[in-house]
Amino acid sequence: MDSKSLKELVFTLADDMLVVGHRHSEWIGLGPLLEEDISFASIAQDKVGQSRVLYNLLHSWGEPNADILVFTRKAEAFQNCILAELPAPDYELALVRHFLFDEAQAVIYADLKSSSQPDLAAFATKFAGEIKYHTLHGRAMLSRLSAGSEDAKARLQVALDALWPFCGGLFEASPYEATLEAEKIISPSAVLKARWLAQVMPFLAKCGYFPDPDALGQEGGRIGLHTPYLQPMLTEMSEVYNLDPSAEW
Amino acid sequence: MVTTEAVLVQQEWHARAQAALESVPDPEIPIVSLWDLGMVYELTPLQETGIHAELLPTFSGCPALDTIRTSAEEALYKAGFSPVEVVFNLRYPYTSDRITERGRANLRAWGITPPDADANVLVAESLDFLDAIECPRCSSRQTQMRSPFGPALCRSLHFCFSCNNAFEAFKPIC
Repeated sequence: MDSKSLKELVFTLADDMLVVGHRHSEWIGLGPLLEEDISFASIAQDKVGQSRVLYNLLHSWGEPNADILVFTRKAEAFQNCILAELPAPDYELALVRHFLFDEAQAVIYADLKSSSQPDLAAFATKFAGEIKYHTLHGRAMLSRLSAGSEDAKARLQVALDALWPFCGGLFEASPYEATLEAEKIISPSAVLKARWLAQVMPFLAKCGYFPDPDALGQEGGRIGLHTPYLQPMLTEMSEVYNLDPSAEW
Repeated sequence: MVTTEAVLVQQEWHARAQAALESVPDPEIPIVSLWDLGMVYELTPLQETGIHAELLPTFSGCPALDTIRTSAEEALYKAGFSPVEVVFNLRYPYTSDRITERGRANLRAWGITPPDADANVLVAESLDFLDAIECPRCSSRQTQMRSPFGPALCRSLHFCFSCNNAFEAFKPIC
């Protein structure tokens, strides 16, 4: 198995989980309902925990340990998608981003269950149930709120309009896509994107939203082209570690 | 040739390891042990007098894993094993049907409804499977799920309209 393409894939998967997990954790203490505060905290912990599993896999393949990978890399070295790094100062942004992103995770990890790389296949099986609780939550909240007041419907529409153009990046192709496909590690990103669209479009339609499937743009996160939002987030996330990188915790 | 003595030695070894791991409580639910949660996957001898123990984490992001590992190591040393290696196996998925009957009873005694054996989150089309579960205090099913997430990754939040108490449930994991 080609190690360069595998590592590139796992960095992308891990960075996606870590960055979105950190963004979810920013809602702790600020949720509009206690139950939503708890939900985002729990989802955040799941995601950061899953990222740690993936960083540990990279470490077993010769990369530095998880702390070094997470707390010392600069933004341009991260391979997460832009959708994950966007700040979500309003609850509707956080919820719609959670829905769009987690539906993509469900598709990606369902595909990885049959990966020829045994660790990824095993982890995908382990993560499946955890991710399912996330998507069930996203769907439940989105369907409930979109059936609510005119204000609720409008806010969700605004959030969807803002985030939809970044969803192309959820399935940004790896530079090694041909190798990954040939070695049956993961399906091509166009295939995964099509599966995601087949899942989210009908659900959004039922909620009364009709985004344009051809208007998915914004790629570049996978090759280190990030928004100005990422570095401040990483700096804040690494603040305690960087007070004394040599400290034993 | 397997002698009777060899079998007895092996049984004693397993019994000693099991007793040690039955004494390790879940850090958040002190009356339920690692053993009864079904977290012990495999125990193998290590060198002459040691043990290699593989545990399954309930959820990938469980923050108690380091504490659990240290506690399990201490318990196995105390039981006379040396050297001791305790590792988490992430390649075999933990499922909540591994919880023993004693574990289920102790969860209930602590106020946490044990997971429904028939529930399968992987095929669930909604969170409805978490509604109308049995209250651990009064056994009523006039209960409502408040959130599929709770104070720990493995627990959901519920309310009982019969005895008017909030309670938690151990989430079905498949």
